[in-house]
Amino acid sequence: MSTINTENLILDAPTDAKKVLEVENLRVQYDTPRGAVRAADDVSFYLKEKEILGLVGESGCGKTTTAMAILQMVQSPGRIVGGQIRINGRNIVGIPESELRKYRWTELSLIPQGAMNSLNPVIKIKEQMADAIRAHENIKKKDLKPRILKLFNDVGLPERVYNMYPHELSGGMKQRVCIAMSIVLNPSVIIADEPTSALDVVVQRVVAQTILEVKERLGVSMIMIGHDMGLQAQMVDRVAVMYAGRLVEIGPVMKMFKNPTHPYTQLLIEAIPSIKEKKPLKVTEGLTHDLRNTPEGCIYQFRCEHVEDSCCNEPPRMYQVGIDHFVSCRHAAERARSMELLGGYHG
Amino acid sequence: MGGLTWNYILKRFSMFLLTFWLGSSLIFIIPRLAPGDPVSAMVVRIVMREGYMENAQEIIESWKERFGLNDPMAVQYVKYLGNVVQFDFGFSLARFPTDAWDIVLPALPWSIGLLSVASVISFIIGNTIGALMGWDKTPRWLKSILPFSLTFTAIPYFMFGLLLIFILAFKLHWLPASGGYGRGVDPGWNWEFIKSIIRHGTLPLLSIIITSSGGWALGMRGLMITANSEDHFLLAQAKGLSPRRVFLRYGVRNAIMPSLTAFALGLGGLVSGSTLVEFIFAYPGTGYTLFQAIQTQDYTVIEAVCNLMILITSGSVFFIDLLYPLLDPRITFKSNK
Repeated sequence: MSTINTENLILDAPTDAKKVLEVENLRVQYDTPRGAVRAADDVSFYLKEKEILGLVGESGCGKTTTAMAILQMVQSPGRIVGGQIRINGRNIVGIPESELRKYRWTELSLIPQGAMNSLNPVIKIKEQMADAIRAHENIKKKDLKPRILKLFNDVGLPERVYNMYPHELSGGMKQRVCIAMSIVLNPSVIIADEPTSALDVVVQRVVAQTILEVKERLGVSMIMIGHDMGLQAQMVDRVAVMYAGRLVEIGPVMKMFKNPTHPYTQLLIEAIPSIKEKKPLKVTEGLTHDLRNTPEGCIYQFRCEHVEDSCCNEPPRMYQVGIDHFVSCRHAAERARSMELLGGYHG
Repeated sequence: MGGLTWNYILKRFSMFLLTFWLGSSLIFIIPRLAPGDPVSAMVVRIVMREGYMENAQEIIESWKERFGLNDPMAVQYVKYLGNVVQFDFGFSLARFPTDAWDIVLPALPWSIGLLSVASVISFIIGNTIGALMGWDKTPRWLKSILPFSLTFTAIPYFMFGLLLIFILAFKLHWLPASGGYGRGVDPGWNWEFIKSIIRHGTLPLLSIIITSSGGWALGMRGLMITANSEDHFLLAQAKGLSPRRVFLRYGVRNAIMPSLTAFALGLGGLVSGSTLVEFIFAYPGTGYTLFQAIQTQDYTVIEAVCNLMILITSGSVFFIDLLYPLLDPRITFKSNK
């Protein structure tokens, strides 16, 4: 097992690596007639340079809301009610629209969820690529085409796509166009919202590889949202697990998979089907609470197997249990620490 | 630009022919379903006016013979189709020696002039209002004012026309109340005549624009709200494009398509005129002509106006079909290069 430990050391970028994106106490709520839904509650994490952070959790847990909040694109009736989002040290929450536009795409770009509908059907691909460039740079007309064709080349698209309309492309090609579009201005951070979820597995693999290649070449940092744990395991450096609008655990991907700390993370990992052994799907009793009505204490208390009285009274904070590894569970943190004292995670 | 192929044009053209044929056939059938016939109706009218008519029955018979109304339906229909193809409907029945076209054609420029200006302006105003109402970045003050502009939609345009006549013509004497141009003005390319046309056209124009732009606005608002939540619209925002560009190229550009089709369909109405508005303002257009023809049961004039309307409607649909692939590239696919 010591081999894995050394792997961890390689995967763990040093903690003093530059943090390109810091999210601090982010709170997003959707105002509904029957009370405010807290879709992201006190979410804090950071993204290091050249790192891919996976953001996982069940549907409705606030993954996409968090991502959209980072992009400052939360749709009404949702709004950011608190917290800071810093890109390269500068806060972008609450700055005016005209200021914000300077950050968009140059610092923060998006590979959208539904590639099928993410391109305007009545405008040619070249125009949609070009208007991102023109919005931020004064570019000469003759420089435009070579630049776009080079991007196509980077993501493995044929040159003829330049003059085509979105409906003339396959799903995989559309997603590559979206990838090419996301890197057109060399952003610091790319947010990929389930970039492969609408594709079949073969194309998924190819697209995932394209994303990784691009990321390696540009040295860009990424946040990858998804619920395909298998895909996440192969692609990301660290995983952040969300539950009911809160971050419950964040840490290096290998550690999280080998030795999940938070009870909810444990559940997610156990739910990954294995081809080696046949095991019953583990389902917990209890439902997620109504997000309008957050309980006192731990957010996971209704579904947790190890729930104790203290869990229901006082909410846990984020406890550090390793390098770049935090968990939002008092007991899990204690367990992890005692295990470490006893000789490492894999004892 | 998109793909216009011969195959596509041919398909649309045969649709155009089919529509035209069906419409013309209906115009043939419907008047003949009504009891009586135009000749008896005319004679009855003369008898009622003059009090007496000699040999009425014989006259009816001989005229029926002359107009071919005694022929079997099938023969009449073929003759009628022949007329339609040549676009010649013969004499006006109410004003007998005059050709039907000589009554309809002079009225045509008035209706087309009035209604094309009115529809283009109300299309632009209505869709602009609607698009702004449906856009989430519209300034709040503007968004709260805009709905008031739609209040007039609830008022029928002929009522609104009467209101305008009352205020602007009778009370304030700013504009003339009726007619196409002033008495004593010499028709022709002179400034006096053009000025007179504009002055006379203003009130009918206003009543149509103010009451009909609301319809466009409501439709556009709905389409724009849908377009606003499209993924590509959100992506365009994330790209940091200027709000104006997002609004025009990713919002309006996509939302306008159905409105454009509706607009083309409405073009047929240009020819038939707006009967009620033209009636109220005694405007010398085809709508007024049609109204008079129906009153006098002048079937050939009705046929002429209706066939013209069908031709223009199906013709403009054909035209917009050809235009559509240029605007929305998904309609046709280019044949393999």
